[in-house]
Amino acid sequence: MTQQFYVSPEQLMKDRADFARKGIARGRSVVVISCRDGIALVAENPSPSLHKIGEIYDKIAFAAVGKYNEFESLRQAGVRYADVRGYSYDREDVTARGLASVYAQSLGAVFTAEQKPFEVELAVTEVGDSQDLDHLYRLTFDGSIADEQGFIVMGGQADKVSEAVAAGWRSELDFAGAIRLALAGLVADKETDALPASAVEVAVLDRGSESSRGTRRAFRRLDDADVVALLAEEN
Amino acid sequence: MQETSANQVTANATSSFTEHLQRSRPELLPYNALQHGLPTGPAAAPLQTPHATTIVALTYAGGVLMAGDRRATMGNVIASRHIEKVFPADQYSVLGIAGTAGIALDITRLFQVELEHYEKIEGTQLSLDGKANRLGAMIRGNLPMAMQGLAVVPLFAGFDRPAGVGRLFSYDVTGGRYEEQEHHTVGSGSMFARGALKKLWRPNLSEADAVQVAVEALYDAADDDSATGGPDPVRQLWPVVYTVSRSGAVRVPERELAAVAGAIIESRAVAQREA
Repeated sequence: MTQQFYVSPEQLMKDRADFARKGIARGRSVVVISCRDGIALVAENPSPSLHKIGEIYDKIAFAAVGKYNEFESLRQAGVRYADVRGYSYDREDVTARGLASVYAQSLGAVFTAEQKPFEVELAVTEVGDSQDLDHLYRLTFDGSIADEQGFIVMGGQADKVSEAVAAGWRSELDFAGAIRLALAGLVADKETDALPASAVEVAVLDRGSESSRGTRRAFRRLDDADVVALLAEEN
Repeated sequence: MQETSANQVTANATSSFTEHLQRSRPELLPYNALQHGLPTGPAAAPLQTPHATTIVALTYAGGVLMAGDRRATMGNVIASRHIEKVFPADQYSVLGIAGTAGIALDITRLFQVELEHYEKIEGTQLSLDGKANRLGAMIRGNLPMAMQGLAVVPLFAGFDRPAGVGRLFSYDVTGGRYEEQEHHTVGSGSMFARGALKKLWRPNLSEADAVQVAVEALYDAADDDSATGGPDPVRQLWPVVYTVSRSGAVRVPERELAAVAGAIIESRAVAQREA
């Protein structure tokens, strides 16, 4: 009978974490910025149909880096969770905090119990009536959860991108300014100095969606033309 | 082994909120609430529940319009003067409900979530026919309740964006879906509203004229059907009217309806005729 090698729990967890980190580092970055107009979500993503950013509920959006099949299944699970909750209680009772803690639990369970951990990093964001009521949660592959202020940068070269975004972030930015800043951040690790609109996926959570568009659904995806038009605006 | 897990994943993948509830939380579905049926037998009194009444819908140049009165009745008693029975289903469609109000309101809510859920999961909206079929399936789901006397009959209208026209769908209690031309009505006052619409509706009505025709048809329904409420200048209650066109579903503002209803009441008073 063959005997299994003993692997210490520390080593096991470290191996799993290294494995997940490697997978995530291969991916392109995502930037989420809270600003005056709401929350801007910008991902480097050349595909117009395979999204990294998605709508979860009225005020809640989702952004992810890593393996598409894994974060897509998490996104769908999040939409189901939010819709069931909103249907059985009330729309107001769906919060980013509740969703983030469900994600943290499932990521944690997969990290310890499954064959391989999820190679993903998630951001769950909720836009509030004012900027100090915005919530930005970052969730990592092992189920740790962090409540961030101002902005989140995730993905391959997160350190460099994060530096660039931190240098330019101000709370009074409008959407054009926030998207410009995110794009400037995303090229921080590249030779080029600008990304074309077709290379990024942009969405916003509109703080004033009820008054400006007459809908409680704050999430709005911007297509390439919208992005070009927004960036052409005077700063 | 691999094949079975792949099959499992595809079998579990659904874009339908109703299917998801049926699998994981069946007790939340409005028509599963009474799984064991209503109490029957000699001791059980006939159930008295609020009933929603008349809905009218008509097409006009560039879209479709739906209007509902504000009354719910329970036997011979008015259960509510304020109830709203026409709702936006999503950005490009509306539905109106007649029948058992409690179940109908929940089915409306379920239908709204169903459409939004599909949109979020798939990243695209359902086609208008797809939406109409989903609503039919929900009404069929309610058939056991309908057999117990708790029927719900909706009317569905939406803008078909690829075709560029407004379309109307009616249903029967078994979930049968029928596309209607020009105009349609459901609910207790529907016969009278339908008669009015036959005389008032013309092809290519403008939006303003269509609102007027709808309010007048409801006025005629209220005139002859005790379960339909007319415009109420004392409480300032007017019908709920939604228009759906290429730019989406919009609720007609109260003051516009007040003016339209006021003009109808005035013209009838001036005419000094019995009907």
